Amino acid sequence: MAESKNNLFKELTKGIIKENPTLVMLLGMCPTLAVTTQAMNGIGMGLATTFVLLGSNIVISALRNVIPDKVRIPAFIVVIASFVTLIGFLLEGFVPSLYDSLGIYLTLITVNCIIFGRAEMFASKNNVISSAFDAIGMGIGFTIALFIMGSVREVIGSGQWMGLAIPVIHNNPMLLFIMPAGGFFTLGMIIAAVNRLSRKKPPQEISCEGCPNFEACGKAGGCK
Amino acid sequence: MKTMLVILLSAMLTDNFVLSKFMGICPFLGVSKKLDSAAGMGVAVTFVMICATLVTYPIHHGILVPNHLEYFDTVVFILVIALFVQLVENILKKCVPSLYSSLGVYLPLITTNCAVLGVTVLNIDNNYSFFNSIINALGGGLGFMLALVIFSGVRKKLEYADIPETFKGVPATLIAASIVSVSFMGFSGLFN
Repeated sequence: MAESKNNLFKELTKGIIKENPTLVMLLGMCPTLAVTTQAMNGIGMGLATTFVLLGSNIVISALRNVIPDKVRIPAFIVVIASFVTLIGFLLEGFVPSLYDSLGIYLTLITVNCIIFGRAEMFASKNNVISSAFDAIGMGIGFTIALFIMGSVREVIGSGQWMGLAIPVIHNNPMLLFIMPAGGFFTLGMIIAAVNRLSRKKPPQEISCEGCPNFEACGKAGGCK
Repeated sequence: MKTMLVILLSAMLTDNFVLSKFMGICPFLGVSKKLDSAAGMGVAVTFVMICATLVTYPIHHGILVPNHLEYFDTVVFILVIALFVQLVENILKKCVPSLYSSLGVYLPLITTNCAVLGVTVLNIDNNYSFFNSIINALGGGLGFMLALVIFSGVRKKLEYADIPETFKGVPATLIAASIVSVSFMGFSGLFN
């Protein structure tokens, strides 16, 4: 019992630091770059993704013996898209301001590689409880990464943090950081910092394993 | 005519899908190492974007809206795109093997490319007419190809550059992408 608890704890924590989906495994780049102009949006996007990830991991893991291998990609996508529709309703009803600022990127959670990747690599092979813990861990890791991105961009780019004005920078913010170019730059810098801090040699390429496009990308001469 | 041109050019340049809307970052970073694979990917994405628009637009306006089922957009669109890509792949394999061998490998890629789902959803959100939707898809696809082709050139130079150990690989690529994105900012304000 003690050991299984220990294992669950491992599933939970690995997503936060060791296998952080965004900063270490480099998955889910689109939302990481797109919505992080403010720290608050980063948290919102992170939590919405966590919700979808948790739901889809639980359902897919429960159905893992029912879904035939050949049609697993469409089956996973339908499950994921249903949860995305659900979170869309919830946010529109209860947090309309967040719903507006996430905009189309909320719909695009459907095609977030993290969710598909976890379904393919973890939920379709493990039981419901460990899949749920895996989802929560990965979700928290993703939320933290988005929060860091959002904080850096909001502080430098608009001179405030979570709505609080920061003296000195507030009068002369570097607008470039909240523009698209700043997103690429900030993410590059943060990943470089993670590379520097982590003792193990980090992957040099985007990890495409578990992405439904993995095989095709490989054939096309990328993502090997 | 003027609106069409504005939609086409703004989808290509000012609102470039990759560099200012951040859609399709994975293929942008993954498949831009070589010029020919970047171009092939670009053509395939353009093709699928147009096809996806051709299929999803009638479904949205013909089936979902009359039945008040607009909220099913995401589920229906992604399934239809996945099915359609599979169908095109099979047809190409059977009827035009030469095209299949050059374009076919890229097709399965596109099922979960956010730019493809993105363009169909944007067409609905912006209330474009059927014809303008297709123009928007064409512009989006061409913009995607432009970004990939330009970036594959940048990456070729990057390979020979002497980069500090920490920045090697993804960080350097991202910072290079940021500079390419700055250059696309030059197009902003083109249509005012």
